[in-house]
Amino acid sequence: MLVKIRSSADLPYSEVTPEHLYRSRRDFIKTATAGAIGAFAAGVVGCGPETEAAGQGALAAKKTINVDPAVDPVNTLEQITTYNNYYEFGTRKADPARTSGRLTTKPWTVKVDGLVDKPGDYGLEDLIDFKNLEERVYRHRCVEAWSMVIPWIGVPLSSVLDKVKPQGRAQFVEFTTLNRPTEMPGWNTAGIPLPYVEGLRMDEARHPLTLMVVGLYGQVLPNQNGAPLRVHIPWKYGFKSGKSIVRIRLTDTMPRNTWAIQTPSEYGFYANVNPTVDHPRWSQAREQRLPGLFKDRQTLMFNGYGEQVASLYAGMDLRKFF
Amino acid sequence: MRSAWRGLQAALAAIVNWRFFKPAVFIACAIDLVWLSYDFYLVWTLKDTSALGVDPKKTLLHETGQTALLILLLTLSVTPFRRIFSVNGIIRVRRMLGVWSFTYALAHLSIYLGFDQLCFSAAGCQWHDIWQDIGKRPFIFMGMLAFTCLLLLALTSTTGWVRRLKKNWTRLHRLVYVAAAAAITHFVWIQKSDIREPLEWGTWLLGLLLFRIAWVVFKRRARTVVA
Repeated sequence: MLVKIRSSADLPYSEVTPEHLYRSRRDFIKTATAGAIGAFAAGVVGCGPETEAAGQGALAAKKTINVDPAVDPVNTLEQITTYNNYYEFGTRKADPARTSGRLTTKPWTVKVDGLVDKPGDYGLEDLIDFKNLEERVYRHRCVEAWSMVIPWIGVPLSSVLDKVKPQGRAQFVEFTTLNRPTEMPGWNTAGIPLPYVEGLRMDEARHPLTLMVVGLYGQVLPNQNGAPLRVHIPWKYGFKSGKSIVRIRLTDTMPRNTWAIQTPSEYGFYANVNPTVDHPRWSQAREQRLPGLFKDRQTLMFNGYGEQVASLYAGMDLRKFF
Repeated sequence: MRSAWRGLQAALAAIVNWRFFKPAVFIACAIDLVWLSYDFYLVWTLKDTSALGVDPKKTLLHETGQTALLILLLTLSVTPFRRIFSVNGIIRVRRMLGVWSFTYALAHLSIYLGFDQLCFSAAGCQWHDIWQDIGKRPFIFMGMLAFTCLLLLALTSTTGWVRRLKKNWTRLHRLVYVAAAAAITHFVWIQKSDIREPLEWGTWLLGLLLFRIAWVVFKRRARTVVA
């Protein structure tokens, strides 16, 4: 498999526009264009710079994993995109949908480093095989005891790891979320240490259910859901699934993760969905399936994916490793 | 300067002594509940399932809790307002505000019991979980404490009880400060990271407490001077 690795040899640094200038130039062009359109065609053209900024595009994907729609009806796009925990864009659920519009996701590079044979700065297309996208409908269980059913589009994380060739010593994968205060209106008031970091054990990362997500409902991933690249681990609480990933680091020591740094008594590294281990402030035994009113669903062990993943934790005390 | 202050006092007195001031305050307190009830009706009858957002229970819980706290702090602000601006008429709405705060707190608790603990039917009600919540979760305990105080105060808010309890009524009703402090603690402890919102409420309560202390000290001094 041909892997294109961008190295500094391709282009001398002197010829690279610094990122902040690049961005402000884009802003300038956008503003200027918007002004021009506004001046000459207000109410006629009917589309502003948002059309370009949103960058909506259809993604072709074959459906590989589904749920029983009678038990787990899929949530609407509106529900999935207006109820988000993405603290860089505000701590209220409706904030990210309102405030993430300014996020620039093109170009996007992911720095891959640590214990890999092919480290480097990868473009999205270099990491994701867009010709082999899968649509997978997953249950998504938040640690706050609500859940949704979401049709993600992506590729197995293991296929991404294959491209960067982790070394034998690598035992953990760490994901770092974008840290760009200028485009993240909630950055100052998130109340958690940023950038957001998360991690997985290698066998969890390699598990076929672990999905590298680039799309939702047949479209490119919206900003508030973690554009352009996020991970989703369906048997773990939602906070394990890092959004807008800019760095993937392979390591031999267990990486720290943001919520466990913030409140170690309440959030751990594993964060497997588990009805028998309560959050100190609320029970995890039942959950509320949105947009329902009642917390009337029994939480399933490993969010219902136990058959596939329980063996990963054989012999572990899940009370201790919560 | 002095005349401007007099003018302000007169204007406030005119508003407070207006014939429809009390009904106006009543309506203002009821608006949120009416609005939430209507949206709930839309959700419940499936006429508009998104009327209360993606998580209707959370919206209801948050709104009722927030309004209960707002009205509670307004209730506590009546006396400082009256003393600062010398508008005695404002006292007419104090009891009503207190009872409205209790009403919202009752709605708040009912939503938790009904939707989180499935108490819409006695059979479905998760008694064990409720008991565990109160015992194991400090924020739930604080909420229950605040509610219990408000319940006591609402029950003894009638003129009959004021007469029966005499001096003890004033003592008992100082519990309102316990209720407010417990409610704000309840609010702080449910936050995951961002505690600005409850802290703003806390600052308000702290201001009211400081005013009370300052007033007592001021009155004592005044008395000593006269003596």
